[in-house]
Amino acid sequence: MMAKGLFNFSKKILERFSNPENVGRIVKPDGIGYVSDPSHGIDLELYIKINNSIITEAKFKAFGCAATIATISMVSEMIEGKSIDQALAISEDEISAALNGLPPSKMHCARLGRELISSAIYDSKKRSNI
Amino acid sequence: MKRIYLDYAATTPTDPEVAKAMLPYLTKSYGNPSSLHSFGLEAKEAIEEARGSIADSIGARSSEVIFTSGGTEADNLAIKGITFQNKSRGDHIITSSIEHPAAIETCKFLEKRGNRITYLRVDSNGLVDPDEIKKAITNKTILVSIMHANNEVGTIEPIADIAKITKEADIPFHTDAVQTFGHIPVNVKSLGVDLLSVSAHKLYGPKGIGALYVRKGLELTPLFHGGGQENKNRSGTENTASIVGFAKAVDLTIQEIPTETIRLTSLRDLFIKGILEKIDDTRLNGHPQLRLPNNINVSIDYIEGESVMLNLDLEGICVSTGSACSSSEHGPSHVLLAMGLPREQAYGSLRITLGRWTNETHIEYILDSLIKIVTKLRAMSPLVVKVKNIE
Repeated sequence: MMAKGLFNFSKKILERFSNPENVGRIVKPDGIGYVSDPSHGIDLELYIKINNSIITEAKFKAFGCAATIATISMVSEMIEGKSIDQALAISEDEISAALNGLPPSKMHCARLGRELISSAIYDSKKRSNI
Repeated sequence: MKRIYLDYAATTPTDPEVAKAMLPYLTKSYGNPSSLHSFGLEAKEAIEEARGSIADSIGARSSEVIFTSGGTEADNLAIKGITFQNKSRGDHIITSSIEHPAAIETCKFLEKRGNRITYLRVDSNGLVDPDEIKKAITNKTILVSIMHANNEVGTIEPIADIAKITKEADIPFHTDAVQTFGHIPVNVKSLGVDLLSVSAHKLYGPKGIGALYVRKGLELTPLFHGGGQENKNRSGTENTASIVGFAKAVDLTIQEIPTETIRLTSLRDLFIKGILEKIDDTRLNGHPQLRLPNNINVSIDYIEGESVMLNLDLEGICVSTGSACSSSEHGPSHVLLAMGLPREQAYGSLRITLGRWTNETHIEYILDSLIKIVTKLRAMSPLVVKVKNIE
């Protein structure tokens, strides 16, 4: 019998969680997003490279539960190749759908993902204005 | 995939011998124990025999054992039953901040309805200080409830010392012995308690059956009203098969305590030594010596317990964590917080509990898996750099 794992996660979430893409930092990023609340078991960083308003590279670091790690890895992939406006328009439902559905108890992970994208892009805008 | 179960504190598999003993009471001797005909009598006799043997095993009389649906009901019956019964005498209950939810939530419920509750602090090992109980007693105190051993960190509380204080003050003393019964000696006389909760499924018995010991002479208000079973303390048709199974499980497990204690303690300490030596920034939670033979609880810095647990699960290893991360409920273990652990460390805790089928190979396998998993998760964690200031 195949072990189902916590919360009956989709295969995609388990895959992402077991072998997440884009783990790490970018040395000279154009933007860094932070969502941090270690006292609630959450600490996330997203690094992005931007060229002509297109996100060309994204990497992340995550302290969090399995669903959070899978979600942030997925988010980092989803924004690669997208324009800043397209990345900002990604909805929580789209993030969940990309993972073949987050369980209801883990939907907050999609919100964290959105917040992280906004935070990184906001940082990049601040940097480019200087 | 082969699976290794290391969550025996959550529940244990039912011993095949226990299941075998139960079966006739589901299919053949199915009478209602309250019925006066021979079917009823058969069931009644089986229940009384089981009651006698369970009572015997804890040093109690048959008439002092009330069967319940499990540990939670036993705790509820003890705490509410005594509180309701002694309404005219007082309203104050003393408990600890690390009790099982079955006790702590019951106290919170009573608190909302006007009772005063003292939730005693514990030290960094999870120990309750008997002197604190002495200080907390008022002339309105009607109950002291302190668990025998903690279900998360395995710390064994000084129950006999507390009992001396409650006896002197003439206050009923309840202990939740769900984690200790069948694992270390439990005797109501040597512990000196007035009420004691036990459960079958923690000692290779079936789920859905437990018992409350109530010292002779102590009265409590029942929670269930109806046919007056269990000497009017707990109405409802008795769960004959499970009661018989419970007694069988007790018989089998109590015999094993001396040998299992030695075997499990050595496996436990092997694991603790292994993880503390092989993985940096880990620590043991709970008392190093005054500890259940089968309990390991460790904090692993910079990573979150649930993600460790799922990784282990994917490797076929089933353990438990003090961290629950969900939208509705998002908090680390109340036990670890009460022991003074910072929230980040409480989030990185893992509980591994051993049992009858755990062997040295399992310990080595989980250690190897843990090293790989921790390395992988720490590589992802932003906290490693923040705390250690490297890179």
